Amino acid sequence: MMQAAGMDYHRYIRRKWLALAMMAVAATSMCLVSLMCGSARLSLADVLGALFLGTDAQMRTIVMNVRLPRIAAAAAAGFALAISGCIMQNVLRNPLASPSTLGVSQGASFGAAAAIVCLGTGAPYGSFLAVPAAAFIGGMATTAAILLISRLGSSTTSSMILAGVAISAMFSGATTLIQYFADDVAVATIVYWTFGSLGRAGWKEIATIAAVAISASAFFMLNRWNYNAIEGGTHTARSLGVDVDTLVPASLAVCALCSSVAVAFTGCISFIGLIAPHVMRKLVGNDFRFLIPCSALCGAALLLAADIACRMAIPPVVLPIGALTSFMGAPLFLYLIFRERGRR
Amino acid sequence: MIEVRGLSYSYGSRNAIHDVSFSAGSGTVLGILGNNGAGKSTLITCLDMIRTPDEGSVMIDGRPIITMSRKEIARLVSYVPQRSEISGMSVFDCILLGRRPYFGWGADERDIEACRSVIRRMGLEGLAFRRMDELSGGEQQKAMVARALVQEPAVMLLDEPTNSLDPRNQNEVMALVRSAAREDGITVIAVLHDLNLALRFCDRLFFMKDGTGFCCCSSDEVDSATISGAYGIDSEIVTVGGRRFVLMD
Repeated sequence: MMQAAGMDYHRYIRRKWLALAMMAVAATSMCLVSLMCGSARLSLADVLGALFLGTDAQMRTIVMNVRLPRIAAAAAAGFALAISGCIMQNVLRNPLASPSTLGVSQGASFGAAAAIVCLGTGAPYGSFLAVPAAAFIGGMATTAAILLISRLGSSTTSSMILAGVAISAMFSGATTLIQYFADDVAVATIVYWTFGSLGRAGWKEIATIAAVAISASAFFMLNRWNYNAIEGGTHTARSLGVDVDTLVPASLAVCALCSSVAVAFTGCISFIGLIAPHVMRKLVGNDFRFLIPCSALCGAALLLAADIACRMAIPPVVLPIGALTSFMGAPLFLYLIFRERGRR
Repeated sequence: MIEVRGLSYSYGSRNAIHDVSFSAGSGTVLGILGNNGAGKSTLITCLDMIRTPDEGSVMIDGRPIITMSRKEIARLVSYVPQRSEISGMSVFDCILLGRRPYFGWGADERDIEACRSVIRRMGLEGLAFRRMDELSGGEQQKAMVARALVQEPAVMLLDEPTNSLDPRNQNEVMALVRSAAREDGITVIAVLHDLNLALRFCDRLFFMKDGTGFCCCSSDEVDSATISGAYGIDSEIVTVGGRRFVLMD
Protein backbone atom coordinates (compact mmCIF):
# COMPACT_ATOMS: atom_id res chain seq x y z
CA MET A 1 0.00 0.00 0.00
CA MET A 2 2.85 2.33 0.90
CA GLN A 3 4.52 1.67 -2.39
CA ALA A 4 1.22 2.21 -4.21
CA ALA A 5 0.73 5.55 -2.46
CA GLY A 6 4.23 6.60 -3.44
CA MET A 7 3.67 5.55 -7.06
CA ASP A 8 0.47 7.56 -7.05
CA TYR A 9 2.26 10.64 -5.79
CA HIS A 10 4.73 10.60 -8.66
CA ARG A 11 1.88 10.04 -11.11
CA TYR A 12 -0.02 12.91 -9.50
CA ILE A 13 3.00 15.21 -9.92
CA ARG A 14 3.44 14.07 -13.53
CA ARG A 15 -0.12 15.23 -14.24
CA LYS A 16 0.85 18.69 -13.01
CA TRP A 17 3.95 18.69 -15.22
CA LEU A 18 1.67 17.74 -18.11
CA ALA A 19 -0.60 20.69 -17.32
CA LEU A 20 2.45 22.98 -17.33
CA ALA A 21 3.60 21.56 -20.66
CA MET A 22 0.10 22.09 -22.08
CA MET A 23 0.19 25.73 -21.01
CA ALA A 24 3.61 26.14 -22.63
CA VAL A 25 2.22 24.70 -25.87
CA ALA A 26 -0.88 26.95 -25.61
CA ALA A 27 1.24 30.09 -25.10
CA THR A 28 3.58 29.16 -27.98
CA SER A 29 0.63 28.38 -30.25
CA MET A 30 -0.95 31.71 -29.36
CA CYS A 31 2.32 33.45 -30.34
CA LEU A 32 2.26 31.75 -33.75
CA VAL A 33 -1.45 32.52 -34.32
CA SER A 34 -0.80 36.10 -33.33
CA LEU A 35 2.05 36.32 -35.84
CA MET A 36 -0.31 35.06 -38.57
CA CYS A 37 -3.18 37.45 -37.73
CA GLY A 38 -3.38 41.07 -38.82
CA SER A 39 -4.35 43.27 -41.76
CA ALA A 40 -2.01 41.16 -43.91
CA ARG A 41 -2.99 37.54 -43.31
CA LEU A 42 0.01 35.23 -43.24
CA SER A 43 0.17 31.45 -43.32
CA LEU A 44 2.15 29.43 -40.79
CA ALA A 45 4.70 28.71 -43.52
CA ASP A 46 5.06 32.47 -44.20
CA VAL A 47 5.63 33.13 -40.51
CA LEU A 48 8.14 30.34 -40.03
CA GLY A 49 9.91 31.34 -43.24
CA ALA A 50 10.17 34.96 -42.10
CA LEU A 51 11.37 33.93 -38.66
CA PHE A 52 13.99 31.40 -39.63
CA LEU A 53 14.81 31.86 -43.34
CA GLY A 54 14.09 35.52 -44.07
CA THR A 55 13.83 35.00 -47.84
CA ASP A 56 10.96 37.45 -48.44
CA ALA A 57 12.01 40.93 -47.29
CA GLN A 58 8.44 42.30 -47.07
CA MET A 59 7.25 39.30 -45.10
CA ARG A 60 10.25 39.56 -42.82
CA THR A 61 9.56 43.24 -42.19
CA ILE A 62 5.94 42.52 -41.22
CA VAL A 63 6.86 39.66 -38.94
CA MET A 64 10.11 40.86 -37.37
CA ASN A 65 9.53 44.62 -37.17
CA VAL A 66 5.76 44.96 -36.78
CA ARG A 67 4.27 41.86 -35.23
CA LEU A 68 7.07 40.22 -33.24
CA PRO A 69 7.75 43.20 -30.92
CA ARG A 70 4.03 43.51 -30.24
CA ILE A 71 3.75 39.81 -29.46
CA ALA A 72 6.83 39.86 -27.25
CA ALA A 73 5.39 42.84 -25.39
CA ALA A 74 2.08 41.01 -24.88
CA ALA A 75 3.81 37.85 -23.67
CA ALA A 76 6.14 39.72 -21.30
CA ALA A 77 3.43 42.01 -19.88
CA GLY A 78 0.93 39.13 -19.51
CA PHE A 79 3.61 37.06 -17.77
CA ALA A 80 4.53 39.93 -15.39
CA LEU A 81 0.95 40.87 -14.49
CA ALA A 82 -0.13 37.25 -13.97
CA ILE A 83 2.68 36.30 -11.58
CA SER A 84 2.10 39.52 -9.64
CA GLY A 85 -1.59 38.71 -9.25
CA CYS A 86 -0.85 35.10 -8.33
CA ILE A 87 1.48 36.09 -5.47
CA MET A 88 -0.64 39.03 -4.30
CA GLN A 89 -3.66 36.74 -3.91
CA ASN A 90 -1.53 34.44 -1.76
CA VAL A 91 0.30 36.84 0.53
CA LEU A 92 -2.73 39.07 1.08
CA ARG A 93 -4.95 35.97 1.59
CA ASN A 94 -7.39 37.53 -0.84
CA PRO A 95 -8.70 35.89 -4.03
CA LEU A 96 -9.65 39.27 -5.47
CA ALA A 97 -6.17 40.76 -5.20
CA SER A 98 -4.36 41.73 -8.39
CA PRO A 99 -2.34 44.73 -9.57
CA SER A 100 -5.47 46.32 -11.05
CA THR A 101 -8.04 45.56 -8.33
CA LEU A 102 -5.71 46.80 -5.58
CA GLY A 103 -4.87 50.00 -7.41
CA VAL A 104 -1.19 49.18 -8.04
CA SER A 105 -1.64 49.64 -11.80
CA GLN A 106 -3.41 52.96 -11.23
CA GLY A 107 -0.66 54.08 -8.87
CA ALA A 108 1.98 53.14 -11.41
CA SER A 109 0.00 54.92 -14.15
CA PHE A 110 -0.11 58.04 -12.02
CA GLY A 111 3.63 57.88 -11.47
CA ALA A 112 4.27 57.40 -15.18
CA ALA A 113 1.85 60.19 -16.10
CA ALA A 114 3.56 62.54 -13.65
CA ALA A 115 6.92 61.69 -15.24
CA ILE A 116 5.59 62.36 -18.75
CA VAL A 117 4.31 65.79 -17.74
CA CYS A 118 7.35 66.69 -15.67
CA LEU A 119 9.69 65.74 -18.53
CA GLY A 120 7.64 68.11 -20.65
CA THR A 121 8.12 66.19 -23.88
CA GLY A 122 4.95 64.13 -23.97
CA ALA A 123 7.06 61.28 -25.23
CA PRO A 124 7.11 58.62 -22.55
CA TYR A 125 10.00 56.70 -24.00
CA GLY A 126 12.22 59.72 -24.46
CA SER A 127 13.62 59.06 -21.05
CA PHE A 128 14.10 55.33 -20.75
CA LEU A 129 14.57 55.17 -16.99
CA ALA A 130 12.56 58.11 -15.63
CA VAL A 131 9.11 56.85 -16.63
CA PRO A 132 9.40 53.29 -15.28
CA ALA A 133 11.13 54.64 -12.16
CA ALA A 134 8.22 57.01 -11.57
CA ALA A 135 5.73 54.22 -12.32
CA PHE A 136 7.56 52.00 -9.84
CA ILE A 137 7.35 54.66 -7.14
CA GLY A 138 3.61 55.04 -7.80
CA GLY A 139 3.11 51.27 -7.64
CA MET A 140 5.21 50.97 -4.49
CA ALA A 141 3.29 53.77 -2.76
CA THR A 142 0.07 51.89 -3.44
CA THR A 143 1.62 48.64 -2.23
CA ALA A 144 2.76 50.30 0.99
CA ALA A 145 -0.78 51.57 1.59
CA ILE A 146 -2.27 48.10 0.95
CA LEU A 147 0.32 46.51 3.23
CA LEU A 148 -0.51 48.97 5.98
CA ILE A 149 -4.20 48.19 5.62
CA SER A 150 -3.54 44.43 5.58
CA ARG A 151 -1.63 44.74 8.86
CA LEU A 152 -4.58 46.37 10.61
CA GLY A 153 -6.26 43.82 12.81
CA SER A 154 -9.76 44.44 11.50
CA SER A 155 -8.94 44.18 7.81
CA THR A 156 -11.09 41.75 5.84
CA THR A 157 -11.18 40.63 2.22
CA SER A 158 -13.90 43.11 1.34
CA SER A 159 -12.36 46.02 3.26
CA MET A 160 -9.05 45.51 1.47
CA ILE A 161 -10.72 45.48 -1.94
CA LEU A 162 -12.66 48.59 -0.98
CA ALA A 163 -9.38 50.16 0.11
CA GLY A 164 -8.00 49.25 -3.34
CA VAL A 165 -11.00 50.93 -4.97
CA ALA A 166 -10.42 54.03 -2.83
CA ILE A 167 -6.71 54.11 -3.69
CA SER A 168 -7.50 53.64 -7.40
CA ALA A 169 -9.97 56.53 -7.23
CA MET A 170 -7.41 58.71 -5.48
CA PHE A 171 -4.75 58.06 -8.12
CA SER A 172 -7.27 58.48 -10.95
CA GLY A 173 -8.21 61.86 -9.47
CA ALA A 174 -4.56 62.83 -9.17
CA THR A 175 -3.93 61.77 -12.80
CA THR A 176 -6.91 63.90 -13.89
CA LEU A 177 -5.44 66.89 -12.05
CA ILE A 178 -2.09 66.38 -13.77
CA GLN A 179 -3.86 66.24 -17.14
CA TYR A 180 -5.75 69.44 -16.31
CA PHE A 181 -2.52 71.36 -15.92
CA ALA A 182 -0.59 69.61 -18.70
CA ASP A 183 -0.16 70.75 -22.32
CA ASP A 184 -2.12 69.13 -25.18
CA VAL A 185 0.64 66.76 -26.26
CA ALA A 186 1.19 65.44 -22.73
CA VAL A 187 -2.56 65.07 -22.18
CA ALA A 188 -2.91 63.12 -25.43
CA THR A 189 -0.03 60.86 -24.44
CA ILE A 190 -1.49 60.19 -20.99
CA VAL A 191 -5.00 59.53 -22.35
CA TYR A 192 -3.64 57.25 -25.05
CA TRP A 193 -1.62 55.49 -22.39
CA THR A 194 -4.62 54.77 -20.20
CA PHE A 195 -6.10 52.82 -23.12
CA GLY A 196 -3.20 50.39 -22.82
CA SER A 197 -1.20 49.52 -25.92
CA LEU A 198 1.21 46.76 -26.83
CA GLY A 199 2.43 48.50 -29.96
CA ARG A 200 4.49 51.25 -28.38
CA ALA A 201 7.04 49.13 -26.50
CA GLY A 202 10.32 48.69 -28.38
CA TRP A 203 12.83 45.91 -27.88
CA LYS A 204 14.61 47.81 -25.08
CA GLU A 205 11.35 48.21 -23.14
CA ILE A 206 10.35 44.60 -23.79
CA ALA A 207 13.74 43.41 -22.56
CA THR A 208 13.24 45.45 -19.37
CA ILE A 209 9.80 43.94 -18.68
CA ALA A 210 11.11 40.44 -19.45
CA ALA A 211 14.21 40.84 -17.25
CA VAL A 212 12.15 42.09 -14.30
CA ALA A 213 9.48 39.39 -14.79
CA ILE A 214 12.03 36.58 -15.03
CA SER A 215 13.93 37.84 -11.96
CA ALA A 216 10.65 38.13 -10.05
CA SER A 217 9.67 34.59 -11.12
CA ALA A 218 13.00 33.29 -9.82
CA PHE A 219 12.32 34.97 -6.45
CA PHE A 220 8.77 33.61 -6.36
CA MET A 221 9.85 30.09 -7.34
CA LEU A 222 12.50 30.09 -4.61
CA ASN A 223 9.69 30.76 -2.15
CA ARG A 224 7.13 28.40 -3.72
CA TRP A 225 6.91 26.17 -0.63
CA ASN A 226 6.59 29.23 1.59
CA TYR A 227 3.59 30.39 -0.46
CA ASN A 228 2.11 26.90 -0.14
CA ALA A 229 2.54 27.21 3.64
CA ILE A 230 0.87 30.65 3.66
CA GLU A 231 -2.18 29.04 2.00
CA GLY A 232 -2.85 27.48 5.44
CA GLY A 233 -2.82 30.91 7.11
CA THR A 234 -0.02 33.01 8.55
CA HIS A 235 0.04 31.20 11.91
CA THR A 236 0.40 27.85 10.16
CA ALA A 237 3.14 29.28 7.92
CA ARG A 238 5.07 30.58 10.95
CA SER A 239 4.75 27.19 12.65
CA LEU A 240 6.23 25.60 9.51
CA GLY A 241 9.29 27.83 9.74
CA VAL A 242 8.31 30.58 7.28
CA ASP A 243 9.48 34.08 8.14
CA VAL A 244 6.13 35.62 7.20
CA ASP A 245 7.03 39.10 8.46
CA THR A 246 9.85 39.35 5.92
CA LEU A 247 8.37 37.31 3.08
CA VAL A 248 5.05 39.17 2.74
CA PRO A 249 6.41 42.71 2.34
CA ALA A 250 9.31 41.46 0.18
CA SER A 251 6.89 39.59 -2.11
CA LEU A 252 4.58 42.60 -2.37
CA ALA A 253 7.54 44.82 -3.25
CA VAL A 254 8.60 42.41 -6.02
CA CYS A 255 4.97 42.24 -7.27
CA ALA A 256 4.84 46.04 -7.31
CA LEU A 257 8.11 46.24 -9.27
CA CYS A 258 6.93 43.63 -11.75
CA SER A 259 3.48 45.10 -12.41
CA SER A 260 4.69 48.69 -12.32
CA VAL A 261 7.30 48.08 -15.00
CA ALA A 262 4.73 46.29 -17.19
CA VAL A 263 2.25 49.15 -16.76
CA ALA A 264 4.95 51.76 -17.40
CA PHE A 265 5.64 50.38 -20.89
CA THR A 266 2.27 48.99 -21.97
CA GLY A 267 -0.23 51.21 -20.15
CA CYS A 268 -3.07 50.21 -17.87
CA ILE A 269 -3.95 46.60 -18.72
CA SER A 270 -6.47 45.38 -16.19
CA PHE A 271 -7.59 42.00 -14.89
CA ILE A 272 -4.91 39.73 -16.44
CA GLY A 273 -3.37 39.45 -12.97
CA LEU A 274 -6.75 38.48 -11.56
CA ILE A 275 -7.92 36.05 -14.25
CA ALA A 276 -4.82 33.98 -15.02
CA PRO A 277 -4.18 32.58 -11.49
CA HIS A 278 -7.85 31.69 -11.03
CA VAL A 279 -8.02 29.86 -14.34
CA MET A 280 -4.88 27.92 -13.45
CA ARG A 281 -6.12 27.03 -9.95
CA LYS A 282 -8.77 24.94 -11.68
CA LEU A 283 -6.00 23.06 -13.48
CA VAL A 284 -3.21 22.62 -10.90
CA GLY A 285 -4.86 23.56 -7.59
CA ASN A 286 -3.18 25.88 -5.08
CA ASP A 287 0.25 24.30 -5.45
CA PHE A 288 2.62 27.21 -6.09
CA ARG A 289 5.30 24.92 -7.53
CA PHE A 290 3.07 24.76 -10.58
CA LEU A 291 0.66 27.64 -10.08
CA ILE A 292 3.37 30.30 -10.57
CA PRO A 293 4.71 29.05 -13.95
CA CYS A 294 1.24 28.05 -15.18
CA SER A 295 -0.18 31.48 -14.28
CA ALA A 296 2.73 33.17 -16.06
CA LEU A 297 2.08 31.18 -19.25
CA CYS A 298 -1.69 31.65 -18.95
CA GLY A 299 -1.23 35.42 -18.50
CA ALA A 300 0.92 35.55 -21.61
CA ALA A 301 -1.57 33.44 -23.61
CA LEU A 302 -4.57 35.50 -22.43
CA LEU A 303 -2.98 38.82 -23.30
CA LEU A 304 -1.95 37.47 -26.72
CA ALA A 305 -5.53 36.25 -27.29
CA ALA A 306 -6.90 39.64 -26.23
CA ASP A 307 -4.45 41.36 -28.59
CA ILE A 308 -5.52 39.15 -31.50
CA ALA A 309 -9.16 40.07 -30.76
CA CYS A 310 -8.23 43.77 -30.63
CA ARG A 311 -6.50 43.60 -34.02
CA MET A 312 -9.06 41.40 -35.76
CA ALA A 313 -12.35 42.88 -34.47
CA ILE A 314 -12.55 45.91 -36.81
CA PRO A 315 -9.47 45.80 -39.09
CA PRO A 316 -7.47 47.89 -39.73
CA VAL A 317 -8.49 49.62 -36.48
CA VAL A 318 -6.70 48.23 -33.40
CA LEU A 319 -8.94 48.41 -30.35
CA PRO A 320 -7.41 49.46 -27.01
CA ILE A 321 -6.14 46.36 -25.21
CA GLY A 322 -6.96 47.75 -21.75
CA ALA A 323 -10.64 48.04 -22.64
CA LEU A 324 -10.83 44.47 -23.91
CA THR A 325 -9.10 42.93 -20.89
CA SER A 326 -11.50 44.84 -18.64
CA PHE A 327 -14.42 43.36 -20.61
CA MET A 328 -12.90 39.94 -20.06
CA GLY A 329 -12.06 40.50 -16.40
CA ALA A 330 -15.11 42.29 -15.06
CA PRO A 331 -17.47 39.27 -15.34
CA LEU A 332 -14.90 37.07 -13.56
CA PHE A 333 -14.49 39.69 -10.85
CA LEU A 334 -18.26 39.67 -10.29
CA TYR A 335 -18.27 35.85 -10.29
CA LEU A 336 -15.60 35.81 -7.56
CA ILE A 337 -17.50 38.32 -5.43
CA PHE A 338 -20.70 36.25 -5.64
CA ARG A 339 -18.83 33.00 -5.01
CA GLU A 340 -17.24 34.52 -1.87
CA ARG A 341 -20.68 35.61 -0.69
CA GLY A 342 -22.07 32.13 -1.40
CA ARG A 343 -19.30 30.55 0.71
CA ARG A 344 -20.06 32.82 3.67
CA MET B 1 10.15 17.79 27.69
CA ILE B 2 8.87 21.37 27.70
CA GLU B 3 9.36 23.83 30.52
CA VAL B 4 7.51 27.13 30.56
CA ARG B 5 8.55 29.76 33.11
CA GLY B 6 6.86 33.11 33.82
CA LEU B 7 5.36 33.55 30.35
CA SER B 8 3.50 36.82 29.73
CA TYR B 9 1.96 38.34 26.61
CA SER B 10 -0.15 41.48 26.11
CA TYR B 11 -2.29 42.79 23.28
CA GLY B 12 -1.46 46.47 23.64
CA SER B 13 -2.30 47.38 27.22
CA ARG B 14 -4.40 44.24 27.85
CA ASN B 15 -2.61 41.34 29.50
CA ALA B 16 -3.64 38.14 27.69
CA ILE B 17 -1.46 35.83 29.76
CA HIS B 18 0.56 36.68 32.82
CA ASP B 19 3.32 34.77 34.59
CA VAL B 20 2.30 31.34 33.30
CA SER B 21 4.52 28.40 34.30
CA PHE B 22 4.20 24.65 33.81
CA SER B 23 6.12 21.70 32.45
CA ALA B 24 5.24 18.52 30.57
CA GLY B 25 7.35 15.42 30.00
CA SER B 26 7.95 13.43 26.83
CA GLY B 27 5.16 11.08 25.79
CA THR B 28 2.52 12.84 27.86
CA VAL B 29 -0.65 14.66 26.81
CA LEU B 30 -1.28 17.93 28.64
CA GLY B 31 -4.74 19.44 28.30
CA ILE B 32 -5.14 23.20 28.65
CA LEU B 33 -8.59 24.15 29.87
CA GLY B 34 -10.45 27.27 30.90
CA ASN B 35 -13.23 29.64 29.94
CA ASN B 36 -13.25 31.58 26.68
CA GLY B 37 -10.81 34.47 26.94
CA ALA B 38 -8.71 32.74 29.61
CA GLY B 39 -5.63 33.01 27.35
CA LYS B 40 -5.36 29.39 26.18
CA SER B 41 -4.86 30.10 22.46
CA THR B 42 -2.49 32.99 23.17
CA LEU B 43 -0.45 30.71 25.41
CA ILE B 44 -0.20 28.00 22.79
CA THR B 45 0.94 30.44 20.09
CA CYS B 46 3.58 31.81 22.47
CA LEU B 47 4.95 28.29 22.97
CA ASP B 48 5.72 28.10 19.22
CA MET B 49 6.97 31.72 19.04
CA ILE B 50 4.15 32.48 16.59
CA ARG B 51 3.66 35.28 19.08
CA THR B 52 6.82 36.43 20.82
CA PRO B 53 6.21 36.53 24.58
CA ASP B 54 6.83 39.81 26.41
CA GLU B 55 8.48 37.97 29.30
CA GLY B 56 9.37 34.46 30.37
CA SER B 57 11.04 31.49 28.77
CA VAL B 58 10.14 28.31 26.90
CA MET B 59 12.71 25.51 27.09
CA ILE B 60 12.49 22.34 25.03
CA ASP B 61 14.80 19.55 26.14
CA GLY B 62 16.74 22.17 28.08
CA ARG B 63 17.20 24.56 25.12
CA PRO B 64 15.57 28.03 25.11
CA ILE B 65 13.60 28.38 21.87
CA ILE B 66 13.77 32.19 21.89
CA THR B 67 17.36 31.92 20.63
CA MET B 68 16.47 29.53 17.78
CA SER B 69 15.71 30.39 14.16
CA ARG B 70 12.15 29.87 12.93
CA LYS B 71 13.25 26.80 10.98
CA GLU B 72 14.92 25.28 14.05
CA ILE B 73 11.76 25.87 16.09
CA ALA B 74 9.67 24.23 13.35
CA ARG B 75 11.81 21.09 13.65
CA LEU B 76 11.02 20.90 17.37
CA VAL B 77 7.46 22.20 17.64
CA SER B 78 4.45 21.56 15.40
CA TYR B 79 1.15 23.38 15.64
CA VAL B 80 -2.43 22.75 14.55
CA PRO B 81 -4.40 26.00 14.69
CA GLN B 82 -7.92 26.42 15.98
CA ARG B 83 -9.23 27.34 12.54
CA SER B 84 -7.10 26.20 9.64
CA GLU B 85 -7.54 27.95 6.33
CA ILE B 86 -8.39 25.04 4.08
CA SER B 87 -7.09 25.53 0.55
CA GLY B 88 -7.56 23.66 -2.69
CA MET B 89 -4.33 21.74 -2.11
CA SER B 90 -4.34 17.95 -2.13
CA VAL B 91 -4.14 16.09 1.19
CA PHE B 92 -0.71 14.72 0.26
CA ASP B 93 0.67 18.17 -0.60
CA CYS B 94 -0.81 19.61 2.57
CA ILE B 95 0.84 16.92 4.71
CA LEU B 96 4.09 17.25 2.74
CA LEU B 97 4.23 20.88 3.89
CA GLY B 98 5.01 19.51 7.35
CA ARG B 99 8.41 18.52 5.95
CA ARG B 100 9.18 22.11 4.92
CA PRO B 101 11.54 22.70 7.88
CA TYR B 102 13.71 19.86 6.48
CA PHE B 103 13.62 20.87 2.80
CA GLY B 104 16.65 21.84 0.80
CA TRP B 105 15.54 22.94 -2.68
CA GLY B 106 12.31 21.01 -2.25
CA ALA B 107 10.84 17.71 -1.11
CA ASP B 108 13.03 14.66 -1.67
CA GLU B 109 12.24 10.95 -1.55
CA ARG B 110 12.75 10.81 2.24
CA ASP B 111 10.13 13.51 2.74
CA ILE B 112 7.68 11.72 0.44
CA GLU B 113 8.34 8.47 2.29
CA ALA B 114 7.68 10.19 5.65
CA CYS B 115 4.35 11.45 4.27
CA ARG B 116 3.35 8.03 3.01
CA SER B 117 4.07 6.56 6.42
CA VAL B 118 1.98 9.16 8.28
CA ILE B 119 -0.87 8.90 5.76
CA ARG B 120 -1.02 5.16 6.36
CA ARG B 121 -0.83 5.59 10.12
CA MET B 122 -3.71 8.11 10.11
CA GLY B 123 -5.81 5.94 7.78
CA LEU B 124 -5.89 8.60 5.07
CA GLU B 125 -4.72 6.41 2.14
CA GLY B 126 -8.01 6.72 0.26
CA LEU B 127 -8.02 10.51 0.58
CA ALA B 128 -4.36 11.24 -0.23
CA PHE B 129 -5.04 12.91 -3.58
CA ARG B 130 -8.39 14.49 -2.79
CA ARG B 131 -8.55 18.27 -2.38
CA MET B 132 -8.53 19.40 1.26
CA ASP B 133 -11.62 21.56 0.73
CA GLU B 134 -13.59 18.50 -0.40
CA LEU B 135 -13.07 16.62 2.90
CA SER B 136 -15.33 16.49 5.94
CA GLY B 137 -14.32 18.39 9.10
CA GLY B 138 -13.05 15.20 10.77
CA GLU B 139 -10.97 14.21 7.73
CA GLN B 140 -9.49 17.70 7.48
CA GLN B 141 -8.56 17.63 11.15
CA LYS B 142 -6.87 14.25 10.75
CA ALA B 143 -4.89 15.65 7.82
CA MET B 144 -3.82 18.62 9.97
CA VAL B 145 -2.70 16.29 12.75
CA ALA B 146 -0.87 14.20 10.12
CA ARG B 147 0.97 17.34 8.95
CA ALA B 148 1.93 18.12 12.54
CA LEU B 149 3.21 14.55 13.01
CA VAL B 150 5.27 14.49 9.82
CA GLN B 151 7.24 17.44 11.23
CA GLU B 152 8.69 14.85 13.66
CA PRO B 153 8.39 17.32 16.53
CA ALA B 154 9.39 17.01 20.17
CA VAL B 155 6.30 19.04 21.10
CA MET B 156 2.95 19.08 19.30
CA LEU B 157 0.56 21.97 19.99
CA LEU B 158 -3.12 21.52 19.20
CA ASP B 159 -5.55 24.41 19.55
CA GLU B 160 -9.02 22.93 20.00
CA PRO B 161 -8.36 19.91 17.78
CA THR B 162 -11.87 18.55 18.30
CA ASN B 163 -13.60 21.83 17.55
CA SER B 164 -16.79 21.26 15.50
CA LEU B 165 -16.21 17.50 15.25
CA ASP B 166 -18.87 14.91 16.05
CA PRO B 167 -18.25 12.63 19.11
CA ARG B 168 -16.90 9.77 16.99
CA ASN B 169 -14.37 11.99 15.23
CA GLN B 170 -13.47 13.68 18.52
CA ASN B 171 -12.56 10.29 19.99
CA GLU B 172 -10.70 9.20 16.84
CA VAL B 173 -8.59 12.36 16.62
CA MET B 174 -7.74 12.33 20.33
CA ALA B 175 -6.93 8.61 20.28
CA LEU B 176 -4.53 9.19 17.35
CA VAL B 177 -2.92 12.09 19.19
CA ARG B 178 -2.47 10.06 22.36
CA SER B 179 -1.02 7.08 20.52
CA ALA B 180 1.43 9.43 18.73
CA ALA B 181 2.50 10.80 22.12
CA ARG B 182 3.01 7.31 23.53
CA GLU B 183 4.71 5.74 20.49
CA ASP B 184 6.90 8.66 19.38
CA GLY B 185 7.59 10.21 22.80
CA ILE B 186 6.04 13.51 21.69
CA THR B 187 4.86 16.00 24.31
CA VAL B 188 1.32 16.93 23.25
CA ILE B 189 -0.26 20.14 24.53
CA ALA B 190 -3.92 20.43 23.53
CA VAL B 191 -6.41 23.20 24.22
CA LEU B 192 -9.73 21.51 24.94
CA HIS B 193 -13.19 22.63 25.96
CA ASP B 194 -14.70 19.21 26.63
CA LEU B 195 -13.83 18.23 30.20
CA ASN B 196 -14.81 14.59 29.69
CA LEU B 197 -12.63 14.31 26.59
CA ALA B 198 -9.79 15.89 28.57
CA LEU B 199 -10.24 13.47 31.48
CA ARG B 200 -10.23 10.54 29.08
CA PHE B 201 -7.27 11.40 26.86
CA CYS B 202 -4.99 13.74 28.83
CA ASP B 203 -2.43 12.70 31.40
CA ARG B 204 -2.29 16.11 33.02
CA LEU B 205 -4.57 19.14 32.96
CA PHE B 206 -3.59 22.80 33.19
CA PHE B 207 -6.51 25.06 34.09
CA MET B 208 -6.28 28.73 33.16
CA LYS B 209 -8.27 31.60 34.55
CA ASP B 210 -8.04 35.28 33.54
CA GLY B 211 -4.71 34.78 31.77
CA THR B 212 -2.94 32.98 34.59
CA GLY B 213 -2.39 29.36 35.58
CA PHE B 214 -5.10 28.36 38.03
CA CYS B 215 -4.20 24.72 38.68
CA CYS B 216 -2.01 22.00 37.16
CA CYS B 217 -2.75 18.45 38.17
CA SER B 218 -3.03 14.92 36.86
CA SER B 219 -6.37 13.88 35.35
CA ASP B 220 -7.03 11.64 38.34
CA GLU B 221 -6.65 14.56 40.76
CA VAL B 222 -9.28 16.80 39.16
CA ASP B 223 -12.20 17.42 41.49
CA SER B 224 -15.34 19.51 41.47
CA ALA B 225 -13.63 22.26 43.49
CA THR B 226 -10.99 22.67 40.74
CA ILE B 227 -13.66 22.87 38.04
CA SER B 228 -15.73 25.27 40.09
CA GLY B 229 -12.69 27.49 40.65
CA ALA B 230 -11.67 27.49 36.98
CA TYR B 231 -15.08 27.78 35.35
CA GLY B 232 -17.31 29.19 38.09
CA ILE B 233 -19.82 26.36 37.71
CA ASP B 234 -20.99 23.58 40.00
CA SER B 235 -20.17 20.06 38.95
CA GLU B 236 -19.95 16.52 40.19
CA ILE B 237 -17.40 13.88 39.22
CA VAL B 238 -18.72 10.35 38.93
CA THR B 239 -16.97 7.08 38.10
CA VAL B 240 -18.67 4.73 35.63
CA GLY B 241 -17.00 1.56 34.38
CA GLY B 242 -13.67 2.66 35.83
CA ARG B 243 -13.74 6.01 33.96
CA ARG B 244 -14.33 9.42 35.51
CA PHE B 245 -16.95 11.77 34.09
CA VAL B 246 -17.83 15.35 34.91
CA LEU B 247 -21.53 16.11 35.34
CA MET B 248 -22.32 19.80 35.23
CA ASP B 249 -25.31 21.52 36.77
